[in-house]
Amino acid sequence: MNRLYQTLDSFGAILLAIIWVAPLLFAFWAAFHTTSDAVNFNLTSSWTLDNFRIAWEGAPWLKYFRNTFVLVTVVLIGQFIITTLAGFAFAQVKFPGKDLVFILVLLQLFILPEVLIVENYAMVSRLGLFDSVLGVGMPYMASAFGIFLMRQAFKSVPIELHEAARIEGCSWFGILLKVYVPLAKPTYLAYALVSVSTHWNNFLWPLIVTNSEDTRPLTVGLSIFGAPENGVDISIISAATLMSIAPLLITFLIFQRQFVQAFLRTGIK
Amino acid sequence: MRNTANLERRRQAIYGWLLLSPAALLLTFFAFYPSLATLWSSLFSRGTRRKPSEFVGPENYLDLMQDPTFWLVVKNNLLYAGVTIPVSIFFALAMALWANSKISARGFVRTAYFTPTVLPMIAAANLWLFFYTPGFGVLDQIGALFGLPSVNWLGQPETALWAVIIVTIWKEAGFFMIFYLAALQTIPTDLKEAADIEGASRWTYTRRIVLPLLMPTTLFIMVNALINSVKLIDHLFILTKGGPSDASKLILYYIWEMAFAFFDAPHAAALTILILLALGIVAAIQFFYMEKRTHYQ
Repeated sequence: MNRLYQTLDSFGAILLAIIWVAPLLFAFWAAFHTTSDAVNFNLTSSWTLDNFRIAWEGAPWLKYFRNTFVLVTVVLIGQFIITTLAGFAFAQVKFPGKDLVFILVLLQLFILPEVLIVENYAMVSRLGLFDSVLGVGMPYMASAFGIFLMRQAFKSVPIELHEAARIEGCSWFGILLKVYVPLAKPTYLAYALVSVSTHWNNFLWPLIVTNSEDTRPLTVGLSIFGAPENGVDISIISAATLMSIAPLLITFLIFQRQFVQAFLRTGIK
Repeated sequence: MRNTANLERRRQAIYGWLLLSPAALLLTFFAFYPSLATLWSSLFSRGTRRKPSEFVGPENYLDLMQDPTFWLVVKNNLLYAGVTIPVSIFFALAMALWANSKISARGFVRTAYFTPTVLPMIAAANLWLFFYTPGFGVLDQIGALFGLPSVNWLGQPETALWAVIIVTIWKEAGFFMIFYLAALQTIPTDLKEAADIEGASRWTYTRRIVLPLLMPTTLFIMVNALINSVKLIDHLFILTKGGPSDASKLILYYIWEMAFAFFDAPHAAALTILILLALGIVAAIQFFYMEKRTHYQ
Protein backbone atom coordinates (compact mmCIF):
# COMPACT_ATOMS: atom_id res chain seq x y z
CA MET A 1 0.00 0.00 0.00
CA ASN A 2 2.73 2.40 0.98
CA ARG A 3 4.73 1.60 -2.10
CA LEU A 4 1.69 2.26 -4.27
CA TYR A 5 1.27 5.68 -2.67
CA GLN A 6 4.89 6.45 -3.26
CA THR A 7 4.70 5.56 -6.93
CA LEU A 8 1.54 7.63 -7.33
CA ASP A 9 3.23 10.52 -5.54
CA SER A 10 6.30 10.37 -7.72
CA PHE A 11 4.15 10.16 -10.81
CA GLY A 12 2.03 13.16 -9.87
CA ALA A 13 4.99 15.23 -8.77
CA ILE A 14 6.95 14.58 -11.92
CA LEU A 15 3.95 15.13 -14.18
CA LEU A 16 3.33 18.52 -12.59
CA ALA A 17 7.03 19.34 -12.85
CA ILE A 18 6.99 18.57 -16.56
CA ILE A 19 3.91 20.72 -17.08
CA TRP A 20 5.63 23.50 -15.14
CA VAL A 21 8.80 23.53 -17.24
CA ALA A 22 7.00 22.87 -20.53
CA PRO A 23 6.73 26.55 -21.54
CA LEU A 24 10.48 26.93 -21.08
CA LEU A 25 11.21 23.72 -22.98
CA PHE A 26 9.00 24.75 -25.88
CA ALA A 27 10.68 28.14 -26.04
CA PHE A 28 14.04 26.38 -26.03
CA TRP A 29 12.90 24.13 -28.85
CA ALA A 30 11.51 27.03 -30.88
CA ALA A 31 14.55 29.22 -30.39
CA PHE A 32 16.85 26.67 -32.02
CA HIS A 33 14.63 25.81 -35.01
CA THR A 34 13.17 27.63 -37.98
CA THR A 35 9.64 28.80 -37.34
CA SER A 36 8.02 26.21 -39.56
CA ASP A 37 10.05 23.35 -38.06
CA ALA A 38 9.27 24.66 -34.59
CA VAL A 39 5.51 24.86 -34.95
CA ASN A 40 5.27 21.54 -36.79
CA PHE A 41 7.34 19.81 -34.11
CA ASN A 42 9.52 18.37 -36.79
CA LEU A 43 11.71 16.32 -34.45
CA THR A 44 14.26 15.35 -37.08
CA SER A 45 14.84 18.89 -38.33
CA SER A 46 18.24 20.46 -37.91
CA TRP A 47 19.13 22.89 -35.15
CA THR A 48 20.01 26.46 -36.00
CA LEU A 49 21.40 29.55 -34.31
CA ASP A 50 19.89 31.92 -36.89
CA ASN A 51 17.09 33.03 -34.57
CA PHE A 52 19.61 34.23 -32.02
CA ARG A 53 21.56 36.06 -34.70
CA ILE A 54 18.45 37.81 -36.04
CA ALA A 55 17.19 38.63 -32.54
CA TRP A 56 20.59 39.95 -31.48
CA GLU A 57 20.76 42.25 -34.48
CA GLY A 58 17.18 43.43 -33.98
CA ALA A 59 17.76 45.48 -30.82
CA PRO A 60 20.62 47.02 -28.82
CA TRP A 61 20.69 44.13 -26.34
CA LEU A 62 24.15 44.91 -25.07
CA LYS A 63 22.93 48.33 -23.94
CA TYR A 64 19.82 46.79 -22.37
CA PHE A 65 21.96 44.28 -20.48
CA ARG A 66 24.24 47.04 -19.30
CA ASN A 67 21.28 49.19 -18.19
CA THR A 68 19.71 46.34 -16.25
CA PHE A 69 23.04 45.52 -14.67
CA VAL A 70 23.66 49.13 -13.65
CA LEU A 71 20.08 49.42 -12.40
CA VAL A 72 20.18 46.39 -10.11
CA THR A 73 23.59 47.46 -8.78
CA VAL A 74 22.51 51.03 -8.05
CA VAL A 75 19.30 49.85 -6.38
CA LEU A 76 21.16 47.31 -4.29
CA ILE A 77 23.84 49.74 -3.09
CA GLY A 78 21.19 52.34 -2.24
CA GLN A 79 19.09 49.76 -0.42
CA PHE A 80 22.04 48.44 1.56
CA ILE A 81 23.04 51.89 2.81
CA ILE A 82 19.57 53.14 3.59
CA THR A 83 18.13 49.99 5.14
CA THR A 84 21.27 49.40 7.22
CA LEU A 85 21.09 52.85 8.78
CA ALA A 86 17.35 52.76 9.35
CA GLY A 87 17.34 49.14 10.50
CA PHE A 88 20.02 49.92 13.05
CA ALA A 89 18.11 52.94 14.31
CA PHE A 90 14.98 50.86 14.82
CA ALA A 91 16.81 47.94 16.40
CA GLN A 92 19.34 49.50 18.76
CA VAL A 93 18.76 53.23 19.25
CA LYS A 94 16.22 54.66 21.66
CA PHE A 95 14.54 57.82 20.49
CA PRO A 96 11.14 59.43 20.94
CA GLY A 97 8.53 58.64 18.29
CA LYS A 98 10.26 55.42 17.25
CA ASP A 99 7.17 53.20 17.35
CA LEU A 100 5.05 55.62 15.40
CA VAL A 101 7.70 56.03 12.71
CA PHE A 102 8.09 52.28 12.49
CA ILE A 103 4.39 51.86 11.81
CA LEU A 104 4.62 54.55 9.13
CA VAL A 105 7.48 52.62 7.52
CA LEU A 106 5.52 49.37 7.63
CA LEU A 107 2.63 51.15 5.93
CA GLN A 108 4.82 51.41 2.84
CA LEU A 109 4.56 47.62 2.50
CA PHE A 110 1.03 48.29 1.33
CA ILE A 111 1.47 51.61 -0.47
CA LEU A 112 3.00 49.85 -3.43
CA PRO A 113 5.30 51.95 -5.62
CA GLU A 114 3.51 50.30 -8.55
CA VAL A 115 0.20 51.85 -7.58
CA LEU A 116 1.60 55.36 -7.17
CA ILE A 117 2.97 55.49 -10.71
CA VAL A 118 1.28 58.78 -11.61
CA GLU A 119 2.60 60.88 -8.74
CA ASN A 120 5.94 59.09 -8.58
CA TYR A 121 6.37 59.93 -12.23
CA ALA A 122 5.66 63.58 -11.45
CA MET A 123 8.13 63.44 -8.56
CA VAL A 124 10.89 61.87 -10.66
CA SER A 125 10.36 64.52 -13.36
CA ARG A 126 10.47 67.29 -10.75
CA LEU A 127 13.79 65.95 -9.45
CA GLY A 128 15.12 65.97 -13.01
CA LEU A 129 15.55 62.20 -12.97
CA PHE A 130 13.20 61.27 -15.82
CA ASP A 131 14.84 58.80 -18.22
CA SER A 132 17.74 58.07 -15.88
CA VAL A 133 18.76 54.88 -14.12
CA LEU A 134 18.62 56.70 -10.81
CA GLY A 135 15.03 57.68 -11.57
CA VAL A 136 14.12 54.02 -12.12
CA GLY A 137 15.84 52.89 -8.93
CA MET A 138 15.15 55.62 -6.42
CA PRO A 139 11.56 54.82 -5.40
CA TYR A 140 12.70 51.35 -4.33
CA MET A 141 15.73 52.31 -2.26
CA ALA A 142 14.02 53.03 1.06
CA SER A 143 12.35 49.63 1.01
CA ALA A 144 10.18 49.06 4.08
CA PHE A 145 10.71 45.37 3.59
CA GLY A 146 14.50 45.82 3.71
CA ILE A 147 14.33 48.05 6.77
CA PHE A 148 12.21 45.47 8.56
CA LEU A 149 14.61 42.70 7.56
CA MET A 150 17.68 44.57 8.80
CA ARG A 151 15.96 45.50 12.03
CA GLN A 152 15.26 41.83 12.71
CA ALA A 153 18.84 40.86 11.88
CA PHE A 154 20.35 43.57 14.09
CA LYS A 155 18.02 42.76 16.97
CA SER A 156 19.44 39.24 17.18
CA VAL A 157 22.99 40.54 17.72
CA PRO A 158 23.96 39.94 21.39
CA ILE A 159 24.09 43.19 23.34
CA GLU A 160 27.35 42.07 25.00
CA LEU A 161 29.21 42.50 21.73
CA HIS A 162 27.82 46.00 21.38
CA GLU A 163 28.89 46.88 24.92
CA ALA A 164 32.35 45.35 24.54
CA ALA A 165 32.95 47.44 21.43
CA ARG A 166 31.80 50.54 23.24
CA ILE A 167 34.17 49.95 26.14
CA GLU A 168 36.95 49.58 23.59
CA GLY A 169 36.09 53.13 22.58
CA CYS A 170 34.33 52.35 19.32
CA SER A 171 32.00 55.07 17.99
CA TRP A 172 28.36 54.35 17.17
CA PHE A 173 29.14 54.22 13.51
CA GLY A 174 32.16 52.03 14.15
CA ILE A 175 30.04 49.58 16.14
CA LEU A 176 27.53 49.42 13.30
CA LEU A 177 30.20 48.75 10.70
CA LYS A 178 32.42 46.39 12.70
CA VAL A 179 29.94 44.48 14.83
CA TYR A 180 26.49 44.55 13.31
CA VAL A 181 27.13 44.51 9.58
CA PRO A 182 29.50 41.49 9.59
CA LEU A 183 27.11 39.51 11.78
CA ALA A 184 24.20 40.19 9.44
CA LYS A 185 26.02 38.87 6.38
CA PRO A 186 23.55 36.03 5.64
CA THR A 187 20.69 38.52 5.73
CA TYR A 188 22.52 40.82 3.32
CA LEU A 189 23.14 37.95 0.95
CA ALA A 190 19.51 36.86 1.07
CA TYR A 191 18.27 40.39 0.60
CA ALA A 192 20.67 40.90 -2.31
CA LEU A 193 19.38 37.84 -4.15
CA VAL A 194 15.77 38.83 -3.69
CA SER A 195 16.42 42.45 -4.63
CA VAL A 196 18.43 41.61 -7.75
CA SER A 197 15.88 39.15 -9.07
CA THR A 198 13.02 41.57 -8.33
CA HIS A 199 14.61 44.50 -10.12
CA TRP A 200 16.00 42.45 -12.97
CA ASN A 201 12.38 41.48 -13.64
CA ASN A 202 10.63 44.78 -12.94
CA PHE A 203 8.71 46.21 -15.85
CA LEU A 204 5.89 48.72 -15.34
CA TRP A 205 7.84 51.46 -13.56
CA PRO A 206 10.89 51.31 -15.89
CA LEU A 207 8.47 51.38 -18.83
CA ILE A 208 7.10 54.68 -17.53
CA VAL A 209 10.31 56.48 -16.57
CA THR A 210 12.65 55.39 -19.34
CA ASN A 211 12.46 56.77 -22.82
CA SER A 212 15.71 55.93 -24.58
CA GLU A 213 18.02 53.05 -25.42
CA ASP A 214 20.57 54.32 -22.93
CA THR A 215 18.34 53.78 -19.90
CA ARG A 216 15.82 51.12 -20.91
CA PRO A 217 16.26 47.84 -19.03
CA LEU A 218 15.99 44.38 -20.59
CA THR A 219 12.35 43.77 -19.71
CA VAL A 220 11.21 46.95 -21.45
CA GLY A 221 13.50 46.28 -24.40
CA LEU A 222 12.14 42.76 -24.69
CA SER A 223 8.54 43.95 -24.64
CA ILE A 224 9.22 46.46 -27.41
CA PHE A 225 11.12 43.90 -29.45
CA GLY A 226 8.36 41.31 -29.15
CA ALA A 227 5.44 43.68 -29.73
CA PRO A 228 3.04 42.21 -32.30
CA GLU A 229 3.30 45.42 -34.33
CA ASN A 230 6.89 44.49 -35.09
CA GLY A 231 5.73 41.26 -36.69
CA VAL A 232 8.54 39.18 -35.20
CA ASP A 233 7.85 35.46 -35.41
CA ILE A 234 7.67 33.00 -32.56
CA SER A 235 11.13 31.48 -33.00
CA ILE A 236 12.83 34.85 -32.85
CA ILE A 237 10.78 35.98 -29.85
CA SER A 238 11.72 32.74 -28.12
CA ALA A 239 15.40 33.33 -28.88
CA ALA A 240 15.25 36.90 -27.57
CA THR A 241 13.38 35.78 -24.45
CA LEU A 242 15.88 33.03 -23.68
CA MET A 243 18.72 35.45 -24.25
CA SER A 244 17.37 37.96 -21.80
CA ILE A 245 16.55 35.46 -19.08
CA ALA A 246 19.75 33.42 -19.50
CA PRO A 247 22.00 35.26 -17.02
CA LEU A 248 19.50 35.12 -14.18
CA LEU A 249 18.32 31.61 -15.03
CA ILE A 250 21.84 30.16 -15.21
CA THR A 251 22.81 31.87 -11.96
CA PHE A 252 19.68 30.43 -10.39
CA LEU A 253 20.41 26.90 -11.57
CA ILE A 254 23.96 27.07 -10.20
CA PHE A 255 23.10 28.71 -6.87
CA GLN A 256 19.70 27.10 -6.52
CA ARG A 257 20.03 26.16 -2.90
CA GLN A 258 21.20 29.64 -1.86
CA PHE A 259 18.37 31.19 -3.86
CA VAL A 260 15.74 29.12 -2.12
CA GLN A 261 17.33 29.77 1.26
CA ALA A 262 17.38 33.47 0.45
CA PHE A 263 13.69 33.59 -0.34
CA LEU A 264 12.97 31.64 2.82
CA ARG A 265 15.06 33.83 5.05
CA THR A 266 13.50 37.02 3.75
CA GLY A 267 9.98 35.77 3.56
CA ILE A 268 9.28 34.00 6.77
CA LYS A 269 10.41 36.36 9.50
CA MET B 1 24.44 61.87 37.28
CA ARG B 2 21.00 62.81 36.10
CA ASN B 3 22.56 65.23 33.68
CA THR B 4 24.73 62.60 31.99
CA ALA B 5 21.73 60.30 31.62
CA ASN B 6 19.80 63.14 30.04
CA LEU B 7 22.68 63.94 27.73
CA GLU B 8 22.98 60.32 26.68
CA ARG B 9 19.27 60.16 25.96
CA ARG B 10 19.41 63.30 23.87
CA ARG B 11 22.44 62.01 22.01
CA GLN B 12 20.63 58.77 21.20
CA ALA B 13 17.66 60.70 19.91
CA ILE B 14 19.85 62.71 17.58
CA TYR B 15 21.65 59.61 16.36
CA GLY B 16 18.34 57.86 15.82
CA TRP B 17 16.91 60.59 13.65
CA LEU B 18 20.16 61.05 11.75
CA LEU B 19 20.30 57.36 10.92
CA LEU B 20 16.69 57.43 9.88
CA SER B 21 16.82 60.59 7.79
CA PRO B 22 17.81 59.10 4.38
CA ALA B 23 15.03 56.52 4.61
CA ALA B 24 12.55 59.10 5.90
CA LEU B 25 13.40 61.48 3.07
CA LEU B 26 12.99 58.86 0.36
CA LEU B 27 9.82 57.42 1.87
CA THR B 28 8.38 60.92 2.01
CA PHE B 29 9.32 61.57 -1.62
CA PHE B 30 8.11 58.28 -3.04
CA ALA B 31 5.39 57.00 -0.73
CA PHE B 32 3.81 59.52 1.63
CA TYR B 33 3.87 62.71 -0.40
CA PRO B 34 2.72 60.92 -3.60
CA SER B 35 -0.17 59.34 -1.68
CA LEU B 36 -1.35 62.72 -0.44
CA ALA B 37 -0.73 64.34 -3.81
CA THR B 38 -2.81 61.62 -5.45
CA LEU B 39 -5.67 62.28 -3.05
CA TRP B 40 -5.40 66.01 -3.71
CA SER B 41 -5.28 65.74 -7.50
CA SER B 42 -8.20 63.31 -7.51
CA LEU B 43 -10.35 66.24 -6.36
CA PHE B 44 -9.50 68.46 -9.34
CA SER B 45 -10.70 68.41 -12.92
CA ARG B 46 -8.39 67.72 -15.80
CA GLY B 47 -6.92 70.99 -17.05
CA THR B 48 -6.97 71.79 -20.73
CA ARG B 49 -5.56 74.78 -22.54
CA ARG B 50 -8.91 76.51 -22.61
CA LYS B 51 -10.16 75.39 -19.27
CA PRO B 52 -7.68 75.31 -16.41
CA SER B 53 -8.02 72.61 -13.80
CA GLU B 54 -10.40 73.46 -10.99
CA PHE B 55 -11.62 71.96 -7.74
CA VAL B 56 -14.48 69.56 -8.40
CA GLY B 57 -14.74 67.62 -5.13
CA PRO B 58 -15.90 64.04 -5.54
CA GLU B 59 -16.80 64.41 -9.23
CA ASN B 60 -13.97 62.21 -10.52
CA TYR B 61 -15.11 59.45 -8.20
CA LEU B 62 -18.71 59.84 -9.35
CA ASP B 63 -17.50 59.66 -12.96
CA LEU B 64 -15.78 56.39 -12.20
CA MET B 65 -18.96 55.01 -10.65
CA GLN B 66 -20.78 55.78 -13.88
CA ASP B 67 -18.05 54.39 -16.10
CA PRO B 68 -19.01 50.86 -17.22
CA THR B 69 -15.35 50.10 -17.94
CA PHE B 70 -14.53 50.81 -14.29
CA TRP B 71 -17.03 48.23 -13.11
CA LEU B 72 -15.86 45.73 -15.70
CA VAL B 73 -12.24 46.22 -14.63
CA VAL B 74 -13.15 45.81 -10.96
CA LYS B 75 -15.09 42.67 -11.78
CA ASN B 76 -12.15 41.34 -13.80
CA ASN B 77 -9.75 42.04 -10.96
CA LEU B 78 -12.04 40.35 -8.43
CA LEU B 79 -12.21 37.28 -10.64
CA TYR B 80 -8.43 37.47 -11.16
CA ALA B 81 -7.86 37.56 -7.40
CA GLY B 82 -10.63 35.05 -6.66
CA VAL B 83 -9.13 32.45 -8.98
CA THR B 84 -5.37 33.04 -8.79
CA ILE B 85 -5.21 33.16 -4.98
CA PRO B 86 -6.87 29.83 -4.07
CA VAL B 87 -5.58 27.96 -7.10
CA SER B 88 -1.95 29.00 -6.69
CA ILE B 89 -2.17 28.26 -2.97
CA PHE B 90 -3.55 24.80 -3.76
CA PHE B 91 -0.75 24.11 -6.24
CA ALA B 92 1.85 25.54 -3.86
CA LEU B 93 0.68 23.20 -1.12
CA ALA B 94 0.70 20.15 -3.39
CA MET B 95 4.17 21.09 -4.64
CA ALA B 96 5.52 21.59 -1.14
CA LEU B 97 4.09 18.27 0.11
CA TRP B 98 5.62 16.50 -2.87
CA ALA B 99 8.94 18.31 -2.75
CA ASN B 100 9.15 17.44 0.93
CA SER B 101 8.30 13.73 0.59
CA LYS B 102 10.56 10.86 -0.34
CA ILE B 103 10.01 10.71 -4.07
CA SER B 104 12.41 10.05 -6.88
CA ALA B 105 13.83 12.99 -8.82
CA ARG B 106 13.10 15.37 -5.96
CA GLY B 107 15.82 17.80 -7.01
CA PHE B 108 14.43 18.12 -10.51
CA VAL B 109 10.90 18.48 -9.22
CA ARG B 110 11.82 21.31 -6.84
CA THR B 111 13.78 23.16 -9.49
CA ALA B 112 10.99 22.79 -12.01
CA TYR B 113 8.40 24.22 -9.63
CA PHE B 114 10.52 27.15 -8.58
CA THR B 115 11.99 28.19 -11.93
CA PRO B 116 9.09 30.39 -13.14
CA THR B 117 9.58 32.54 -10.03
CA VAL B 118 12.93 33.87 -11.23
CA LEU B 119 11.66 34.81 -14.70
CA PRO B 120 10.40 38.30 -15.54
CA MET B 121 6.64 38.42 -16.12
CA ILE B 122 7.37 39.80 -19.59
CA ALA B 123 9.47 36.76 -20.45
CA ALA B 124 6.81 34.45 -18.99
CA ALA B 125 4.23 36.10 -21.23
CA ASN B 126 6.44 35.57 -24.27
CA LEU B 127 6.82 31.89 -23.40
CA TRP B 128 3.07 31.46 -23.06
CA LEU B 129 2.41 33.27 -26.33
CA PHE B 130 3.66 30.14 -28.03
CA PHE B 131 0.95 28.17 -26.25
CA TYR B 132 -1.92 30.50 -26.96
CA THR B 133 -1.31 31.54 -30.58
CA PRO B 134 -4.29 30.39 -32.66
CA GLY B 135 -3.60 27.85 -35.38
CA PHE B 136 -0.07 26.74 -34.63
CA GLY B 137 0.13 27.38 -30.87
CA VAL B 138 0.79 24.38 -28.65
CA LEU B 139 -2.72 24.33 -27.13
CA ASP B 140 -4.37 24.38 -30.54
CA GLN B 141 -2.11 21.62 -31.79
CA ILE B 142 -2.94 19.44 -28.80
CA GLY B 143 -6.62 20.24 -29.37
CA ALA B 144 -6.31 19.29 -33.03
CA LEU B 145 -5.06 15.83 -32.01
CA PHE B 146 -8.45 15.31 -30.38
CA GLY B 147 -10.28 16.88 -33.27
CA LEU B 148 -11.10 20.13 -31.45
CA PRO B 149 -11.46 23.34 -33.45
CA SER B 150 -8.86 26.11 -33.26
CA VAL B 151 -9.45 28.60 -30.43
CA ASN B 152 -8.19 32.17 -30.29
CA TRP B 153 -7.48 32.04 -26.56
CA LEU B 154 -6.23 35.60 -26.26
CA GLY B 155 -8.53 37.10 -28.86
CA GLN B 156 -11.97 36.36 -27.50
CA PRO B 157 -13.58 37.93 -24.43
CA GLU B 158 -14.62 34.59 -22.90
CA THR B 159 -11.11 33.17 -22.64
CA ALA B 160 -8.67 36.12 -22.59
CA LEU B 161 -8.80 36.74 -18.84
CA TRP B 162 -8.48 33.03 -18.13
CA ALA B 163 -5.39 32.82 -20.30
CA VAL B 164 -3.89 35.66 -18.25
CA ILE B 165 -4.91 33.96 -14.98
CA ILE B 166 -3.15 30.73 -15.94
CA VAL B 167 0.14 32.55 -16.55
CA THR B 168 -0.13 34.22 -13.13
CA ILE B 169 -0.77 30.91 -11.37
CA TRP B 170 2.16 29.35 -13.20
CA LYS B 171 4.40 32.20 -12.06
CA GLU B 172 3.20 32.37 -8.44
CA ALA B 173 2.70 28.79 -7.25
CA GLY B 174 6.39 27.92 -7.06
CA PHE B 175 7.11 31.04 -5.05
CA PHE B 176 4.47 30.21 -2.47
CA MET B 177 5.69 26.62 -2.36
CA ILE B 178 8.91 27.87 -0.76
CA PHE B 179 7.04 29.23 2.26
CA TYR B 180 5.14 25.98 2.72
CA LEU B 181 8.37 24.01 2.40
CA ALA B 182 9.92 26.06 5.17
CA ALA B 183 6.89 25.56 7.38
CA LEU B 184 6.79 21.82 6.69
CA GLN B 185 10.36 21.45 7.83
CA THR B 186 9.49 22.88 11.22
CA ILE B 187 6.87 20.20 11.94
CA PRO B 188 8.43 17.78 14.45
CA THR B 189 8.89 14.25 13.11
CA ASP B 190 7.46 12.65 16.27
CA LEU B 191 4.02 13.89 15.21
CA LYS B 192 4.28 11.69 12.14
CA GLU B 193 5.54 8.78 14.23
CA ALA B 194 2.72 9.17 16.72
CA ALA B 195 0.18 9.28 13.91
CA ASP B 196 1.69 6.12 12.44
CA ILE B 197 1.50 4.32 15.78
CA GLU B 198 -2.13 5.35 16.18
CA GLY B 199 -2.72 3.90 12.74
CA ALA B 200 -3.87 7.20 11.24
CA SER B 201 -4.02 7.17 7.48
CA ARG B 202 -1.87 9.49 5.43
CA TRP B 203 -4.90 11.57 4.53
CA THR B 204 -5.92 11.93 8.19
CA TYR B 205 -2.39 12.92 9.14
CA THR B 206 -2.28 15.57 6.41
CA ARG B 207 -5.74 16.94 7.14
CA ARG B 208 -5.67 16.85 10.93
CA ILE B 209 -2.04 17.65 11.68
CA VAL B 210 -0.21 19.15 8.73
CA LEU B 211 -2.86 21.53 7.39
CA PRO B 212 -3.71 23.12 10.76
CA LEU B 213 0.00 23.63 11.48
CA LEU B 214 0.37 25.33 8.10
CA MET B 215 -2.46 27.77 8.79
CA PRO B 216 -0.27 30.78 9.74
CA THR B 217 1.79 30.25 6.57
CA THR B 218 -1.37 30.09 4.51
CA LEU B 219 -2.52 33.43 5.91
CA PHE B 220 0.86 34.99 5.20
CA ILE B 221 0.74 33.68 1.63
CA MET B 222 -2.81 34.92 1.20
CA VAL B 223 -1.84 38.49 2.03
CA ASN B 224 1.06 38.26 -0.42
CA ALA B 225 -1.17 36.80 -3.09
CA LEU B 226 -3.75 39.51 -2.52
CA ILE B 227 -1.14 42.22 -3.04
CA ASN B 228 0.11 40.40 -6.12
CA SER B 229 -3.39 40.32 -7.58
CA VAL B 230 -3.12 44.10 -7.78
CA LYS B 231 0.53 44.21 -8.79
CA LEU B 232 1.00 41.43 -11.34
CA ILE B 233 -0.16 42.95 -14.62
CA ASP B 234 3.03 43.03 -16.72
CA HIS B 235 1.94 40.10 -18.86
CA LEU B 236 -1.14 42.02 -20.02
CA PHE B 237 1.18 44.26 -22.03
CA ILE B 238 2.32 41.26 -24.07
CA LEU B 239 -0.67 38.94 -24.10
CA THR B 240 -3.85 40.99 -24.45
CA LYS B 241 -3.29 44.69 -23.72
CA GLY B 242 -6.44 44.42 -21.65
CA GLY B 243 -8.56 43.42 -24.62
CA PRO B 244 -10.55 42.28 -26.43
CA SER B 245 -13.05 45.00 -25.51
CA ASP B 246 -11.58 45.32 -21.98
CA ALA B 247 -12.38 41.70 -21.18
CA SER B 248 -8.98 41.09 -19.57
CA LYS B 249 -8.23 44.58 -18.27
CA LEU B 250 -7.12 44.81 -14.63
CA ILE B 251 -7.18 47.84 -12.32
CA LEU B 252 -3.49 48.74 -12.35
CA TYR B 253 -3.38 48.42 -16.13
CA TYR B 254 -6.40 50.70 -16.34
CA ILE B 255 -4.63 53.25 -14.12
CA TRP B 256 -1.59 53.13 -16.38
CA GLU B 257 -3.74 53.47 -19.48
CA MET B 258 -5.73 56.41 -18.12
CA ALA B 259 -2.63 58.26 -16.98
CA PHE B 260 -0.13 57.51 -19.71
CA ALA B 261 -2.20 56.66 -22.78
CA PHE B 262 -5.25 58.92 -22.30
CA PHE B 263 -3.44 61.56 -20.17
CA ASP B 264 -6.35 61.70 -17.75
CA ALA B 265 -4.44 62.05 -14.48
CA PRO B 266 -7.38 63.10 -12.22
CA HIS B 267 -9.41 59.97 -12.93
CA ALA B 268 -6.30 57.82 -12.63
CA ALA B 269 -5.70 59.48 -9.26
CA ALA B 270 -9.23 58.71 -8.08
CA LEU B 271 -8.81 55.08 -9.08
CA THR B 272 -5.43 54.96 -7.32
CA ILE B 273 -7.04 56.22 -4.11
CA LEU B 274 -9.66 53.48 -4.29
CA ILE B 275 -6.92 50.86 -4.67
CA LEU B 276 -4.95 52.34 -1.76
CA LEU B 277 -8.08 52.14 0.36
CA ALA B 278 -8.51 48.48 -0.52
CA LEU B 279 -4.85 47.77 0.27
CA GLY B 280 -5.25 49.71 3.52
CA ILE B 281 -8.04 47.39 4.57
CA VAL B 282 -5.82 44.40 3.85
CA ALA B 283 -3.04 46.04 5.90
CA ALA B 284 -5.39 46.64 8.82
CA ILE B 285 -6.53 43.03 8.79
CA GLN B 286 -2.96 41.81 8.73
CA PHE B 287 -1.87 44.09 11.56
CA PHE B 288 -4.83 42.88 13.58
CA TYR B 289 -3.90 39.29 12.88
CA MET B 290 -0.24 39.84 13.76
CA GLU B 291 -1.26 41.48 17.00
CA LYS B 292 -3.37 38.49 17.87
CA ARG B 293 -0.62 36.03 17.10
CA THR B 294 1.97 37.78 19.26
CA HIS B 295 -0.64 37.90 22.00
CA TYR B 296 -0.87 34.13 22.11
CA GLN B 297 2.88 33.59 22.01
